[in-house]
Amino acid sequence: MSALDELRRLRRSGTAVRKRDNKAAFWFLAPWFAGLLFVTIGPVAASFGLGFTKYNLIQPPKFIGLDNFGRIFTDERLHNALGVTFTYVLVSVPLQLAFALGVAMLLDRGLRGLAFYRSAFYLPSLLGSSVAIAVLWTQIFGAEGMVNRVLALFGIQGKGWISDPDTALSTLIVLNVWTFGAPMIIFLAGLRQIPAVYYEAAAIDGVGRWSRFRHITLPLLSPIIFFNLVLQIIHAFQSFTQAFVVSGGTGGPSDSTMFYTLYLYQQGFSRFDMGYASALAWFLLLIIGAFTAINFWAARFWVFYDD
Amino acid sequence: MTTDVLRRLSAPAKHAGLILLGFVMLYPVLWMVVSSLRPDDEIFRSPGLVLDTLRTENYSQGWDALSSPFGHYLINSTIVVLGCIIGNLVSCSMAAYAFARLEFTGKRWWFGIMLGTIMLPIHVIIVPQYILFSQLDWVNTFLPLIVPKILATDAFFIFLMVQFIRGLPRELDEAARIDGCGHPRIFLRIVLPLMKPALATTTIFTFIWTWNDFFSQLIYLTDPEMYTVPVALRSFVDSTVSTSWGSLFAMNVVSLVPIFLAFLFGQRYLVRGIATTGGK
Repeated sequence: MSALDELRRLRRSGTAVRKRDNKAAFWFLAPWFAGLLFVTIGPVAASFGLGFTKYNLIQPPKFIGLDNFGRIFTDERLHNALGVTFTYVLVSVPLQLAFALGVAMLLDRGLRGLAFYRSAFYLPSLLGSSVAIAVLWTQIFGAEGMVNRVLALFGIQGKGWISDPDTALSTLIVLNVWTFGAPMIIFLAGLRQIPAVYYEAAAIDGVGRWSRFRHITLPLLSPIIFFNLVLQIIHAFQSFTQAFVVSGGTGGPSDSTMFYTLYLYQQGFSRFDMGYASALAWFLLLIIGAFTAINFWAARFWVFYDD
Repeated sequence: MTTDVLRRLSAPAKHAGLILLGFVMLYPVLWMVVSSLRPDDEIFRSPGLVLDTLRTENYSQGWDALSSPFGHYLINSTIVVLGCIIGNLVSCSMAAYAFARLEFTGKRWWFGIMLGTIMLPIHVIIVPQYILFSQLDWVNTFLPLIVPKILATDAFFIFLMVQFIRGLPRELDEAARIDGCGHPRIFLRIVLPLMKPALATTTIFTFIWTWNDFFSQLIYLTDPEMYTVPVALRSFVDSTVSTSWGSLFAMNVVSLVPIFLAFLFGQRYLVRGIATTGGK
């Protein structure tokens, strides 16, 4: 059962009142409460306040009203960064999940060597967020890089994929799709939960492969697809390392790899404009929240719960 | 009958397709490992995996290319990783016990908040967190990286452990309670020893995520003495990008070895961890 199912259920159920252990619970949760106050919810609240100020860490914060939030609507580099980020999220996540589901279906049901394949496809997910792989990407998609050497073997003339603003983002999308192994494992676990009798009954009735996928696999797997979708979208919005390393921290060429997070980093930690960075952080929270809310709303039309 | 024949024919085709896909996916990594043993000019000339001349100098040059030997950064990363692992194991298991086994006022509320924080991006909290930690004079120490873990902020692991504890038979706790055990003892003597698989999963994920983490380490560690592996690698890129890909690749490979080992020995727990929190 996933965290999302849990949230869904939480809204419905009531708890039976039993003997309470408030004192013990307080001590067991003490570190977590402190973390909530100082590291997670506390800072979120604080950043809302900072959003109304001009603050560079040296002079004390100065109240400037809604200026920072107003700037969000006029900052053209930010609008470009939003475009880059949306493109990245909306292209790479569906592609990644399509790969994950496709390969998971190939690996399902007693395929020989399953464990081996699963490991091979999963390994890139563990490596994908590292600086080392981002550095490797810089080389292989460079003008003199490995990809172009391979293409040359087939007589294709390549180009500097990362130095060209038209293709730089695509190399990062490829990198994200490359890490389809983690959602694939979640799909594999989900496929295993579908009772084999459904398929057997369908086979007796002479139902074709596509229909079986469309009318058995897809509906029964939809909660898992939903879970992966929500998670990977939130995850993709937070991509930072790859764009940072590939562009040398600039988001270039011509801001074509300027992820939202990278822009926020530059405002906060290169220019030390903490007020604007806080406003940007809140705006990001709103965007991710909106995407997640839309996802939950849309779920009622396509996600099928068996329970 | 025809489907049987089809299936028998399609199995080898399926394997061939899967092997090809796996090979294409892992090719860049294999190529990097081979290239780290090549002279620089050959890295750019040859896209293949055959090694003409074996050159281990890349490793010795890369090791000493930055202001400290690379081992220094490996040690720094190890300290951070160990701190984070211990922090997560202790604090998340305590919180998980409370959520799974105790009844307290507002439990549903707190649980909902905990689930919500799983999805809270670090970028949203980093600015005020940085201001707080810089006022405590913690910048350029490992504290901003480790203390949040001691305070159970990786809620993902709390959830993972809650799920696990819920699966343990309650009769054991109740028997212990009849024998006069309080919650601390039930937790330490009964629940914790039974939780080993969940603890192992937490350890491995914390290891991999912390080892790879770049964003917070980039922000909090600006003194080269304090650099961890990812931050060191990125400063390596800045300083040598046009000169020596060989030694850069060599250190890339070194930085990925621990991840690969964790993957090799912890696979069972990784797969189970993903499947139990993700699958139904």
